[in-house]
Amino acid sequence: MSIQDKVITIIAEQAVLEPSDVTMDSTLESLGIDSLGLVESIFAIEEAFDISIPFNANEPQKSEFDISSVASIVKGIETLIAAQKG
Amino acid sequence: MKRVVITGAGTINALAHNVPDTLKAMAEGRCGIGPLVMRDVERLAVQIGAQVQGFEPEALFNRQQLALYDRFTQFTLIAAREAIAQSGLEFSGELAASSGVILGNSGGGMTTLDDNYRSVYEEGKNRVHPFVVPKLMNNAAASHVSMEFNVKGPSFTVASACASSNHAMAQAFQMVHGGAAPVMITGGSESMLCFGGVKAWEGLRVMSKDACRPFSANRNGMVQGEGAGIFVFEEYEHARARGAEILAEVAGFAMTSDAADIVMPSKQGAARAIAGALRDAKLNREDVGYINAHGTGTAANDKTECAAVADAFGTHADKLMISSTKSMHGHLIGGTGAVELLACIMALRDGIIAPTIGYEEADPECALDIVPNEAREARVSAVLSNAFAFGGLNAVIALKRV
Repeated sequence: MSIQDKVITIIAEQAVLEPSDVTMDSTLESLGIDSLGLVESIFAIEEAFDISIPFNANEPQKSEFDISSVASIVKGIETLIAAQKG
Repeated sequence: MKRVVITGAGTINALAHNVPDTLKAMAEGRCGIGPLVMRDVERLAVQIGAQVQGFEPEALFNRQQLALYDRFTQFTLIAAREAIAQSGLEFSGELAASSGVILGNSGGGMTTLDDNYRSVYEEGKNRVHPFVVPKLMNNAAASHVSMEFNVKGPSFTVASACASSNHAMAQAFQMVHGGAAPVMITGGSESMLCFGGVKAWEGLRVMSKDACRPFSANRNGMVQGEGAGIFVFEEYEHARARGAEILAEVAGFAMTSDAADIVMPSKQGAARAIAGALRDAKLNREDVGYINAHGTGTAANDKTECAAVADAFGTHADKLMISSTKSMHGHLIGGTGAVELLACIMALRDGIIAPTIGYEEADPECALDIVPNEAREARVSAVLSNAFAFGGLNAVIALKRV
């Protein structure tokens, strides 16, 4: 499974949606994922890819990890995988 | 209904091991937060905390006691010894039979849990010390206070996360106020600064990795502390008859539940608790000169708390002072309201308002007088102490000068 497909599966599960309902330009907000859901998604992504994501719920906008859309999350994970496992 | 006064106070926390030194540290705006010292700290993402320093339990407790006292119980007993000594009370006869101990605590014996899980899961041992259960149960501290001081009336532990101590003190107040007990030992303690305790908290992604900066626009989370605060709540006439020194009067309290979210705070729930405490204490908004804030330093708490204070106090919100001493002693979770009540007593008795340290940048969403960085002298006659817990459980206590 590609990184993109894995991320979509995780986010779809969190949002209680079908993976087909999650597109690359979806935002977490548009999928109905709240702050607790976001923290849980990040945990699931860390576990799935065995990476550590720098994210502080107090300043989500300041995080180097961009959560503004599914596409930005996928891109962020690719960067982290390269940095942490490359 | 009976009037309730405070005739003894005790503490141990990251700032100091007693009340006078803690108040001095608060007045000086000293910070008790530093690098965590504990086993496996390198495996933690959050490596700072407000740990009690220079603590030597072996000098304060004997071997048998140490076998039974988790760190949170040790903290409680040290603070209780100071508080009860100050009150001058000795419990015997009818006084012993009718007085009780109600303490706040959230996690119980976390160090005991941590150590013993390690030993059975990590080290594969199949035998644990026989006292694990009596050591970790979160009523252990209240029970040991009752035993050490011969207090035989209503005694139990209250758990409501970060509001535990305020709920406990409100309950103790009610016992004395209603005439059920002449004296109640109350307050709370917490010792969650162990590997498992910090690891659990860092999972929630609300902890700061560098500092606790309540109300500052660049705040980035809470910092955990540990310790205890213990008080003697006594019926006013009982205290006067024996010529006891009165530190402050407990004027009233209110408790509310947000009934909304397990972690996100609610302005309405907090504002209802503040307004309710004023009503219960028969205080006008203008009477309140200082509020010890819940002020955790998280994005969510601080702006919600400021909005709630503005709601409850109207235009007077701009005239009162509100500070978060968590910036100095950290967040003691179930013990936090108890240590913070000390800042309220200092405001009333000494006319010194403890500051919010670490304040760097104004936040338009926290536009109140938060007493930035330096203590201030001011005469106040009534104060509030806020506690808003995870789970949406709020408890606000009102004190006034006698």
